Amino acid sequence: MSEMGYFQIIISCIFVNNILLAKFLGNCPFLGTSRKMETAVGMAMAVVFVLVLAGAITWIIYHYFLVPFDLVYLRTIAFILVIAALVQFVELFLKKSIPVLYAGLGIFLPLITTNCAVLGACVINIDEELSFMKSLFASFGFAVGFGLALILFAGVRERITLARVPKPLQDTSIGLVTAGLIALAFFSFNGMV
Amino acid sequence: MYTALFFMLGLGFLCGAMLSIASKVFYVYEDPRIAEVEGFMAAGNCGGCGYTGCSAAAAAVVAGKAPPRVCVAADAEAAANIAAIMGVDPGTAEAILSYNTCTGGNRAADKYFYTSINSCQALATIYGGKRECEVGCLGFGDCVSACIFNALKLGPEGYPVVDDIKCVGCGACERVCPKDIMEIKTMSQRLLHLNQFDDRIAPCQQTCPAEIDIPKYISQIKKGDYEGAVNTIRERNPLLLSCGRVCPHPCEDKCRRGIEDEAVSINQMKRFVADYEMNSGRRFPIPCAPSTGKKVAVVGGGPAGLSCAYFLRRLGHDVTILDAVPMLGGMIRYGIPEYRLPKEVLAWEIQGILDLGIEHKPNLMLGRDFDVESLMKDGYDAVFLGIGAWKDFNLGVEGENLKGCYTGIDFLTNFALWQQGDGAEEQPFVGQKCVVIGGGNTAIDCVRTLVRLGSKEVSIVYRRTLKEMPANMVEIEAAEHEGIQFTFLAAPTRVIGDEEGNATRLEYLKMELGEPDASGRRRPVPIEGSESTIDIDMLITAIGQGPDVFFKDESKLLAEDLNVTRWNTIDSADPVALQSSIPYIFTGGDSATGAALVVSAIGGGRRAARSIHMYITGEEVTPPAKTLFTDNIPVSIFESVEGIEKSARTKMPELPVDERIKSFDEADLVITEEEALYESNRCLQCCLICYNKDVA
Ligand SMILES: Cc1cc2nc3c(=O)[nH]c(=O)nc-3n(C[C@H](O)[C@H](O)[C@H](O)COP(=O)(O)OP(=O)(O)OC[C@H]3O[C@@H](n4cnc5c(N)ncnc54)[C@H](O)[C@@H]3O)c2cc1C
Ligand code: SF4
Repeated sequence: MSEMGYFQIIISCIFVNNILLAKFLGNCPFLGTSRKMETAVGMAMAVVFVLVLAGAITWIIYHYFLVPFDLVYLRTIAFILVIAALVQFVELFLKKSIPVLYAGLGIFLPLITTNCAVLGACVINIDEELSFMKSLFASFGFAVGFGLALILFAGVRERITLARVPKPLQDTSIGLVTAGLIALAFFSFNGMV
Repeated sequence: MYTALFFMLGLGFLCGAMLSIASKVFYVYEDPRIAEVEGFMAAGNCGGCGYTGCSAAAAAVVAGKAPPRVCVAADAEAAANIAAIMGVDPGTAEAILSYNTCTGGNRAADKYFYTSINSCQALATIYGGKRECEVGCLGFGDCVSACIFNALKLGPEGYPVVDDIKCVGCGACERVCPKDIMEIKTMSQRLLHLNQFDDRIAPCQQTCPAEIDIPKYISQIKKGDYEGAVNTIRERNPLLLSCGRVCPHPCEDKCRRGIEDEAVSINQMKRFVADYEMNSGRRFPIPCAPSTGKKVAVVGGGPAGLSCAYFLRRLGHDVTILDAVPMLGGMIRYGIPEYRLPKEVLAWEIQGILDLGIEHKPNLMLGRDFDVESLMKDGYDAVFLGIGAWKDFNLGVEGENLKGCYTGIDFLTNFALWQQGDGAEEQPFVGQKCVVIGGGNTAIDCVRTLVRLGSKEVSIVYRRTLKEMPANMVEIEAAEHEGIQFTFLAAPTRVIGDEEGNATRLEYLKMELGEPDASGRRRPVPIEGSESTIDIDMLITAIGQGPDVFFKDESKLLAEDLNVTRWNTIDSADPVALQSSIPYIFTGGDSATGAALVVSAIGGGRRAARSIHMYITGEEVTPPAKTLFTDNIPVSIFESVEGIEKSARTKMPELPVDERIKSFDEADLVITEEEALYESNRCLQCCLICYNKDVA
């Protein structure tokens, strides 16, 4: 990925390597907040916001602290700590300074603390040895991809609630089946970039 | 090993320090009650309440924007706990309930035949569904599957039925319905709804100036649910006893049955249920929204003022009615005579309205005892002017001020005041040879009153013919039965008196009908040289009346800023919004339209109440985008109606003529329960275009 241009990185992260449908990370919010379009949109926005910030911060931590001190093996635990603190900080900051944004994203922020899609995306950025700017773009791409999949899925699920689904398949089961079908559809983006 | 340990410790310390500093720097005071309230919510962050999560909902409760029972997933106990934190009564908050606004269902005719589609959403996207009716229920029950509280089921008629006890007002049904049939509303929102072009309503409801849901109350009568019928009428009209007696029922003119048969006798059924309540010995409870603390002054306690006050009170505002005369009712007390609307009945009706907690200040006249400035100083947030039309028009002929000449409103009000013990000691003068000029309700009420007071010869002189008379048809017929003479096509030109100044003769010109004028009635033109005279000893002119706006000149504010039209009615830029040229003054009834009907005044009062509510709650005062107002929805008005089997309309029972002309006892009587049931079965239960056929 490190040889790609910025535009290609974005396209690749949104479609080809979609964090939800190709990497299957972040399943909990994917199923949990996709029952209604409004919450899906709120969640998507929150992820875009946090993932870009987390991408930047983890890149700095990795390249300026972990690598020089030879502590690369602490990556996962350090990232978890930093992301959690970051989200809390952002929540405090928004509440005071941008209450409008807080009202919109409010309840989704704490949910992201434990979102593996965020951690996963940061780790992928490092593994792919991206430069700082590129990892920002990649984080943004991953986040948009997450949002896209979530919103698509919410749209489908809103329709599903109205359909007559056999009892044993209702709710999460049919949700997972549908997610699988959407993932298959996304599979066709493979090889695009 | 040590580096790793120190690194992690350092990182943890850094994060901790940063967060503690941030929580100090970015501290926002949060009402501790928010956390308490949130503790009682179901904590599912389900968003069913419409807020983004429990904490947002809790904040809304504490801010007073949401009721204690906002959490759709928590039970009644939680609501009670939340209410206790907030120090309010959980019952006072207005519940939001779901309503189905289509009652067509399976009886609606089909247009297309679909196979293997089983959701309304899908059907709606493909040619809009199978029914002939474009706005009707599609009947697959998307709303039923969307409701997670099991409050909806598809009824036997093929449209959803709401279980009010289970419904929490989450609005899931409203969001999925592709035809916008499901609506969630509070009582206040329902009371303020005005007929709109996209509503599913019967022709009668479209035509009723008060917009009563007529088919609904008739169906309730059919089921024997008289209390329900009264409540349905009261959602639009607080004066059902009065309207049941005096309304000329414009709704019946547009009744769908009336196209092929005699119209349903809608108004007699209203009177039946209204009388049923009065005679039942109790008053059916009328719910009001929690108090808002806003104060409104209603000037004039006629039908318009009473209606406006009633609706404002039900919306939770504090209302005071100020009126120039001792008792409330306006023209229906001081104009409409006892034999049509007994004062006892009227008093019972008005008491029910005042019992909601409305204050009445009698004997206070705007312009004489108080003015708008003093009202605003007393802390009222808005003023309603429902001062009616009490100033008689003059004939403008020579001799109309001779002794024995009166005007219609003056005569009727003086007599009513005397009869109720508030006027002169002596009974007002009554002649033996009386002529009343005019063709409206006032003229007819004058002649029928005179007959009851013992006048020997009473006649009406009118410029046009019977067909053009604006009075209620039943009144004209009753007057004929009571022996009133009618002289049509006669225009008074002069009143001739004797030496003592008493009127003795009326001179008039004969007329013939010419071209139709602006009102569509043929204009009478005089026949040259056809002067004739009639002997009289009393003359009453009742040729119409307009509002008396003398108070305008008594106040600098009103004189400069309050616009009146050239008919002296209070000018409102929009006949639906009814806001005058001074933003906090509203009007309605006869003072906005000129002399009209009781029902129109009631409708005007409700429209004004809606605007006042918007004004004092800080909204912009506008009419709804698609108001129907006096129009009809074209597709709902038919040329011919299929499936009707003729059946006779219930006759109105009356007191025999020779009995009724001797007293002021009520002349028109109420129908029996069997007759009401029979009549209710004549109703086709129309919706916009579908209806129940008599024969398939
Ligand atoms: C004789 C007669 C018969 C009628 N028959 C029928 C009928 O059969 N069917 C029908 O539907 N309609 C009928 N009408 C019409 C109907 O009565 C009126 O349209 C209706 O009463 C209008 O209501 P309103 O509230 O606008 O005014 P009103 O009823 O006129 O009430 C106005 C009130 O304002 C008060 N007021 C006036 N000026 C002031 C002031 N300056 N300060 C304080 N208070 C003031 C008055 O005292 C009065 O109480 C009849 C009218 C008349 C005159
Ligand atoms: S038949 Fe019934 S519902 Fe239809 S217009 Fe007449 S009164 Fe109204």
